[in-house]
Amino acid sequence: MSIENDNIESLVNRTYKHGFVTDIDQESFPPGLDEKVIGAISARKKEPKFMLEWRLKAYRHWLTMKEPEWAHVNYPPINYQDISYFAAPKSDKDRPKSLDEVDPKLLETYDKLGIPLHERAALAGVAVDAVFDSVSVATTFKEKLQEAGVIFCPFSEALINHPELVRKYLGTVVPPRDNFFAALNSAAFSDGSFVYIPKGVRCPMELSTYFRINAANTGQFERTLIIADEGSYVSYLEGCTAPMRDENQLHAAVVELVAMKDAEIKYSTVQNWYPGDEEGKGGIYNFVTKRGDCRGANSKISWTQVETGSAITWKYPSCILRGENSVGEFYSVAVTNNMQQADTGTKMIHIGKNSSSTIVSKGISAGKAEQSYRGLVRIMPQANGARNHTQCDSLLIGKKCGAHTFPYMEVKNPSAKVEHEASTSRISENQLFYCRQRGISEEDAVNMIVNGFCKEVFKELPMEFAVEAQALLNVSLEGAVG
Amino acid sequence: MLEIENLKATIAEEQVLSGLDLSVNAGEIHAIMGPNGSGKSSLAQVIVGHADYEVIEGSVEYQGHNLLELEPEDRAREGIFLGFQYPVEIPGVNNAYLLKAAVNAKRKHQGQDEIDAFEFLKLAKKTMELLDMDQSFLNRGVNEGFSGGEKKRNEILQMAMLEPKLAILDETDSGLDIDALKAVANGVNSLRHSERAIVLVTHYQRLLDYIEPDYVHVLWEGRIILSGDKALAHKLEENGYEWVRTTVSS
Repeated sequence: MSIENDNIESLVNRTYKHGFVTDIDQESFPPGLDEKVIGAISARKKEPKFMLEWRLKAYRHWLTMKEPEWAHVNYPPINYQDISYFAAPKSDKDRPKSLDEVDPKLLETYDKLGIPLHERAALAGVAVDAVFDSVSVATTFKEKLQEAGVIFCPFSEALINHPELVRKYLGTVVPPRDNFFAALNSAAFSDGSFVYIPKGVRCPMELSTYFRINAANTGQFERTLIIADEGSYVSYLEGCTAPMRDENQLHAAVVELVAMKDAEIKYSTVQNWYPGDEEGKGGIYNFVTKRGDCRGANSKISWTQVETGSAITWKYPSCILRGENSVGEFYSVAVTNNMQQADTGTKMIHIGKNSSSTIVSKGISAGKAEQSYRGLVRIMPQANGARNHTQCDSLLIGKKCGAHTFPYMEVKNPSAKVEHEASTSRISENQLFYCRQRGISEEDAVNMIVNGFCKEVFKELPMEFAVEAQALLNVSLEGAVG
Repeated sequence: MLEIENLKATIAEEQVLSGLDLSVNAGEIHAIMGPNGSGKSSLAQVIVGHADYEVIEGSVEYQGHNLLELEPEDRAREGIFLGFQYPVEIPGVNNAYLLKAAVNAKRKHQGQDEIDAFEFLKLAKKTMELLDMDQSFLNRGVNEGFSGGEKKRNEILQMAMLEPKLAILDETDSGLDIDALKAVANGVNSLRHSERAIVLVTHYQRLLDYIEPDYVHVLWEGRIILSGDKALAHKLEENGYEWVRTTVSS
């Protein structure tokens, strides 16, 4: 399955229109998905037998499913047999040897975002042995985590070293049959992260810096499973403000969170995948299933997301509030510019007594972008005293973009309290002129207004990322006015 | 400081200024009066460079340079300030944040170091004390939910912080009760300075009871048809604008 050498070279030298380096793996499966391919993926990763059976069951069910069409997004049909479902980790030979070989435009963006120098190389996909600092930093982190008893490793490694833990929790929050993309992911997931925080342990660091350095090339069908055992706490940051080098157009990740009694998980996402060019060509399709299960009493799961990338986003990080007094939170900033489309929101399913949830969604649309907030708040009959507060605001920049809100509320318990607030506003010429008359340039004025609009969500992000997220928004909206 | 000659301007193809002349020197206070639709606000907007207005003839010189070729933000950084008739609300943006950005944009333009949050706060608090303003102003959204009087006082605060060379106050008195009017007038008076010119655009004479102008001009159909001193304002108050027209044409 290896390709001729000179052929590789011509392929390696081919670049994206926007300058991202294209890599072709020496070892990738031919396009298409069938039971043989799934068997081969599982075999390559030396997975335990239960995993293969689990994948195959998911695959067989996926074949009977139809791609969802209810989302407020438009894209040409995807041929799932055109996609290659396995790519071996890239060999260092094919990667840029140093930052000098990386597209200067990409570096310029890193600069604007204030990404620390030692992280830039890793993000740009420079061969790891060339990334001196980050490796040593990562090693220190690893030792610290081990001391605390925290398991944090690639998913494939967890399957080999902790199969019993994976088996106990995998698919218990997002079952393989949950939806079309979750089923596809369950059948063909490439790799991802596994986190287990033991009872009573407060994870000694944000699982962010570490992750940022090590997350490159986890593949297009990522699977993440995080378990916070009784009384533990973890803050996890996925993704990065920097545009990641990526060759896969379709991303269908699954993230499962389990919070036991008195445990808390804070999951923050900054997503800045390639959104496509101004006509929307070439961008990433981001079809993600993220769900957290507040399994025990007093448990808490908090989702914070800043979504600026991808051509199409289809994503509803949700909480199942099973435990008594459990708490679910969703804080979201979604930015769509040019031809980007996003249908995003959350689901809060209240089962436990006195469970409460908060939803704060801030949508910003510019250019010809379309954005929808879709949220479900369901109060089950047994959820006495459940409370929800939803605040859903849209900000429009320019006259060709759109914002839509689809709130669903199902309240089956009379003692529940559910509140929904929504607003839509547009950055007006008058506001911009007012700022300019005070000596502030139009671009700075837009940034100021947008950041003011997002304040409530940014304050939920870990500090260093709040600063980066702010810079990211500014970069994402460059040229949105005028 | 400001030399306007034969200025003609349109908005949406309708002529609003038709050959206006005006000369303003540092240290002077000018009052521009006139009936509704005479072009008072248009004049203010043209000076600060609002894009809806098109200058079709004439010249505007500011400190010896052609003002009309500057972008609005550069005019501001060069020291021109407009107190808006209807200050716009910018929800979510902290008042202090906007003010600091404005102060620093100007400092940067003039080659000075930007001031940090601590220094800024010190300066802002001092200025507010001087204007007898409550400090909670700083932490509110820009004009968000402000009363009419609060909005106008906020404009005066911005003016005081930005220390303009040329301040134009567009109908600063409109919609104010007498206490708010006095407060605003006190603010303006405290900013009188030998190196600063102030242009008051107003419909009524009552503001001029509190801020004494050096010159009063009457604007009629896009031109200044009569100029005088403070006494002119009183005459206008007594006789109405129709009187000016008959006086001038006779």
